[in-house]
Order: sequence, then structure tokens, then C-alpha cells
Amino acid sequence: MSELAANTSGFADHGGTTGLPFPPAIAPEKALNTAQWGMLAFLLSEASFFSTLITSYLAYLGQDTAGPTPREVLSLPLVFATTICLVASSGTIHLAEKRLHENRAREFLLAWAATTGLGIVFLLGTAYEWRQLIVEHQLTISRNLFGTTFYTLVGFHALHVTIGIAMMLGLAGLMLGRRLSIKEAQPVQLVSWYWHFVDGVWLAVFTIVYLVGR
Amino acid sequence: MAVVELEAPASKPASARSASLSSLVHSLVTTVDHKKIGLMYIVMAIVFLIIGGCEALLMRWQLLFPRYDFIGPDAFNQLFTMHGTTMVFFMGMPILIGVGNYVVPLAIGARDMAFPRLNAFGFWVTLLGGLLVYFSFATGGAPAIGWFAYSPLTERTFARSAATDFWALGLVVSGTGTVAAAVNFLATILAMRAPGMTLRKVPFFTWTMLWTSVQILLVMPPLTAGLVMVLLDRNLGAHFFDTQNGGSALFWQHLFWFFGHPEVYILILPVFGMMSEIIPVFSRKVLFGYEFMAAATAAIAFISMGVWAHHMFTVGMSRTADLFFAASSLLVSIPTGIKFFNWLATMYGGRISFASPMLFAFGFLSMFLIGGLTGIMLAAAPFDFQLADSYFLVGHFHWVLIGGTLFGTFAGLYYWYPKATGRMLSERLARWHFWLLYIGFILTFGPMHISGFLGMPRRIYTYEVDRGWDFWNQLTTFGALLQTPSYAFFAYNVVVSLWKGRPAGNDPWDAWTLEWTTPSPPPSYNFEQIPEVRSRRPLWDIKHPDDPDWKYE
Repeated sequence: MSELAANTSGFADHGGTTGLPFPPAIAPEKALNTAQWGMLAFLLSEASFFSTLITSYLAYLGQDTAGPTPREVLSLPLVFATTICLVASSGTIHLAEKRLHENRAREFLLAWAATTGLGIVFLLGTAYEWRQLIVEHQLTISRNLFGTTFYTLVGFHALHVTIGIAMMLGLAGLMLGRRLSIKEAQPVQLVSWYWHFVDGVWLAVFTIVYLVGR
Repeated sequence: MAVVELEAPASKPASARSASLSSLVHSLVTTVDHKKIGLMYIVMAIVFLIIGGCEALLMRWQLLFPRYDFIGPDAFNQLFTMHGTTMVFFMGMPILIGVGNYVVPLAIGARDMAFPRLNAFGFWVTLLGGLLVYFSFATGGAPAIGWFAYSPLTERTFARSAATDFWALGLVVSGTGTVAAAVNFLATILAMRAPGMTLRKVPFFTWTMLWTSVQILLVMPPLTAGLVMVLLDRNLGAHFFDTQNGGSALFWQHLFWFFGHPEVYILILPVFGMMSEIIPVFSRKVLFGYEFMAAATAAIAFISMGVWAHHMFTVGMSRTADLFFAASSLLVSIPTGIKFFNWLATMYGGRISFASPMLFAFGFLSMFLIGGLTGIMLAAAPFDFQLADSYFLVGHFHWVLIGGTLFGTFAGLYYWYPKATGRMLSERLARWHFWLLYIGFILTFGPMHISGFLGMPRRIYTYEVDRGWDFWNQLTTFGALLQTPSYAFFAYNVVVSLWKGRPAGNDPWDAWTLEWTTPSPPPSYNFEQIPEVRSRRPLWDIKHPDDPDWKYE
């Protein structure tokens, strides 16, 4: 073992004195780090998951044997408002990341809190929408195919928003409790990527469920 | 006083032994070392291989005679569900992920996987998923739905016990573990390679693990989504696959095979990688056409995403769809053919040695070729119309999964066992293992092609006397019984060689990749110094400083 270790360590010195070919220098590679690749890989699998749910929504659109239909029950103004909240939260989290890079901790925390708040407003909007659908229109997951696919798709998205909010609260808690340096940019960046992804999924869901498929 | 002194030495080793056992268990339960986790994956997979094998033997015994009443239809249906599920999800994938876990960080000069704790999570969750699936027996019987779980068999109406729920839940849980492993592989391979090891210089097994991981990330979540839909249908009254309320049984088939077909490439790509490392080492030549092999791997990964409906030629799709999926399936044979010819070209003119890894590599090459050819036959839709859901198909996919994945994996296990344990396996036992498996395998699955031609459908628990299928079924069962002791030879060899095996040294095969620069078994930190890499064969460069590979690459 020591022999091989010696070999390995002496690897770069073979040239020169012994007349052996001199190995070329190694150029450093510029790429993402493990955490970033990990998050991207995870988001790839998430994209595949949501693609499946969206496909199932489209495949079953208009195949119902019983009402109500999307046109009859989906309220556009409400969803427009919640969509704006979510898109705005993508802006605020971007701002938060930028402020963190500029070492402005206070403003970072403010933007971070705003993002969390906008996410919570989005969830409250979804909760209100679901209450309306269930109580006023009796649309449940077992009512018809539309209910089945709608609650599955929107529900899984809402679950992802909830997880995002939990991550933001957790990270803020760790930072305020001084368990994590407020200058730690990596987790903030990863949560931000996740949040942008969840936002992007919502734009697809919004377009397909509320605009095209209505 | 004297009595106490006499007793003390006798009781000491016993307590020491139990202490060492509990510390071993503790170290396995708490470990985040990729090598220990990899070995745990492999051991778990072999345990499930034995379980799934016993299930197969019971089914084969039931089919020994026409109108035979050994286990009956209910148990038979449960067994073929569990056999398929076990072999694909709890044997095939875990054993490859296990070997990958052990080898990849060593081969790329890293000290561990990118996320060691996620790695442990992936293993334990996969095990939990397996236990959940088997827990379905406790509900009064395993699900009788087949591993493909075609709708509407999985609806509450047809599968009333909770068995199907445990089955689906178990696969969701283990699927999470598989995705976790894929995330880990991707991050490890893309961000933790040794300095100088560009993507064009990675060892080939690592390259195939990268593409397998990409496939897992793309196709495992759709299966998870489909299984969640099954669970919603069964437990919340949703209508995804409820044909009475507009749901579609066909949609499940699309979801399932969109996972199911790339899955067989998930099971074979890492094995292609093992072949591409073993064949050069035992032919004493560099891998022929590395770039073409690398591109063929990526091509297979991409094309295989668009072939799934060739499993569904007989459900009555449009002619356009039939044509598309037949053409795309035939397309896979091009990159696969490139690989075959490159392996042959690697061996051509080489100084070939028939050590156990190469023996199994030959088993792989000869058998996988036949499985690939029957695959081409089945990809042609008109041919498939005749033989879909017959024993010909059963023969075909066992030929690729055992002749391909299993033979190749055994080659890999024989190749890396000395690295993991520091001991050589017995070559004599390896030969017994190989020949019994080789002959038993051909006798088991060869006759299936013929009984398929004679019209025997798959998934039946018995058959009529006058069909002329008895002989071929008896031959199949005989082959299965012949295979069985080969696994015992393997298990005995693996266990006994831990103590009796010849010490392996760092590099028993005179190989060229980085894992062979470490001691056997490697220390927990793998490398004292992170090595620098300048060619595809870094260890060759170390051994031959006068004529290093980087001068030519």
C-alpha cells in the first residue's frame, strides 16, 4: 500500500530527472458543486413527476361521466390573485439571494420573510378555493374524473409549496438561532432553485388547468 | 477462588463475541460509508434473490404436470406477482446500485458518495419498501395482480384486501430510495471526480451508472405517480383507472410501461459498464472504441424512453402507434450492436484469460446476444401479434434479465469481491457455479420459447393434458432444479472465501482503474491522497511511467 501511495504521490514528478515523459498539467474544471448537482437531479425527477400528473390531467380532460366541469366551478379571479402572489415570491426570493451576496443580512431576512408570506397567502388562497369547490359545488376527489385529476395535480403542487415554506422557515430559524451562519449562501441558493421550480410548475398548471383546459 | 479463575477465561470470549456482534450491527445500522452501504445493498439483494428464486421454484413445480394441483391458482397468482416485483425492485436494482455504491467513488478517486447520509437513507428506505411489499402476505395473501398490476385488477372491486395497498405503498417507498440513490450518483459522478478525470476519461462502469441514474430520475417518478393514483383510487374513491366512471385501464399500461421499459435498460446499462471494464482487463487490451461505446450508452438511454408501447401492441393501438413503437424499438439494436462489436473487437487479438469474471462475461456475451435477437423478433409488431403474452415472451425477457443482467452482475461480483474483502474467491467453485447456472439457465428458459411457439400463454397456473406442452414444461422445471445448486455454490464460495480465500493484494487482476490502487479492503477514507488522473487508465500510467496512456489519448 505504501508503495502504491508513494507511486501516486510521486506521479507528478516522473519527468525531468528520470528522462520519463513529463505529464501535462491538470486544468481545473469549472462546474457546479455536489449540492447544486444534487438539487438539479432532484428537480429533474420532480419535473418528471409533475409531467405525469399534468399528462393524466390532460388525458382525462372532458372524459367525465358526471359534472361539474372545470368551466362551471373554477374561479379565475381568485386564482389570478394567488398566481400573482407566487410569481412575486419568485422575485422576492431572488432579491433575498442577491442581498445575501451583498452581505446585507437584514434586508435578506426581510425578503426571505416576504417570500414565505407570499407562499402562505398562496396556500390560503388554495384552501379557500378548495373550500368553495367542496362546500358549494360538491366537487370532491371521488365526484368525477375532473375532481380526481384536479385535486391530485393541484394538491401535489400545494404540498410542494408547503414543503418550500417549511424549508424557508427552518432555514430562517437556524440562522436566527445562530446555528447556521447568515452568510451561508449555499442552502439559500438551493431553496431558491426549488422555489423557482415550484413556481414554474404552477405556471404550467395555471395555464393548463385554468386557461387552456377551462 | 480457583473456580472463579477457571471460569473467567471461558466466559470472556463469549461476551467478547456478543460485544463484537452488537458493535458490528451498530456499525452497519449507523454507517454512512459508501462501501458498507454498497455491501448491505448487495447482501439484501441476494437475500431477495433467494426468496424470489424459491417463489419461482414453487411455480415451476406447479407447472410440472398438466392439471397438477400443487399450489393451486390463488397461490400461483400471488407468487408470480411477488416473484416479478421482488426480482425487479428488490434484487435487480439494489444489487446494481450496491455495486455502483461500492465501486463508483473508488473508481473516480473520491472518498465517499456526495451525500453519505442520503445514501444510508436510500438503502434503509429500499429495505423498508421490500418489507412493506412482503407485509402484504399478512393481510391474508399477497396481491394477485402481477408485477405489472394491470388495471382494473388493482381496483377495490377486484382486489379487496389491503394486499394491493401494501404492494403499492412498498413500491412508492422503495422508489423514493432509488431516486435518492440516483441523485447521489449523479452528484458524485459529476462533481467529485479526481482532478484531471474529465468526463471523457471516466471509467466505463461509472459512465453507465451516470446514465442509469438519469433514467431512474426520469422514469421512477412516473411509476410513483401511477402508484399514488392506484392508492387514491383504492382509498379515496378517485377514478383514475375506474372504467365505470370514465377512467382508463389503458392509461395505467402507458404509465407502467413508460417506467417498465426503461427499467430493463436501468437493469442492463450498469452491466454493460461492468463488461466494458472486465473484458479489456482480461483481454489485456484497451476498450475498443471508448467514444462510440460512451455515445451508444447515451443513445440507449435516450431511445429507450420512447419505446414503451411495444409492450402494448396487442391492446389495439392505432397503426401509426404500432409503426412508431416498432421502429423505435428496432432502433435500440443499433447502439446495442455497436457495443457488442466493440466488445468483440476488444477481445480480438487479445491475450484472453478465463478467470471467473471473464467466464461470466462470456456467459453474458453469448446469452445476451440470443436475448437481444429474440427482442428484435418481438419488436416487429406483426410477429409480436402472434407471440405476445406467450411463453416465448417469458423466455425472451428471462433470457435478457438472467443471461444479461444476472450473468453480468456475477461477473462484476467475481471481479470486485477481492477488492471488497481482501480475499480471492475459489476459482474451482466459481466454475461449478458457472456451468451449473449456464446449463440450467439454457434448459430452463430455452424450452419456454418452444412452449410459447406451441401456444402456451403466460401467467397460467396449469394447462390441459392434450396440448403437448408437458415435455417442455418438465424440461423447464428440470432446468430450474439444475440451476438451484449453482446459487448454493456461489453463496458457499462467498462466505467461506472470507476466511479461506487466498489474500488478494491491492491489484489481483492487474487492472487499470483507480479502485485497484487502494488496499483491499480499502480504508474508510479510500485514498490517503486524492490521485491525479491524466488518462482513462490511471493505474496503467502509474505502472508504466515510461509509456503512459496520456501520450496517446
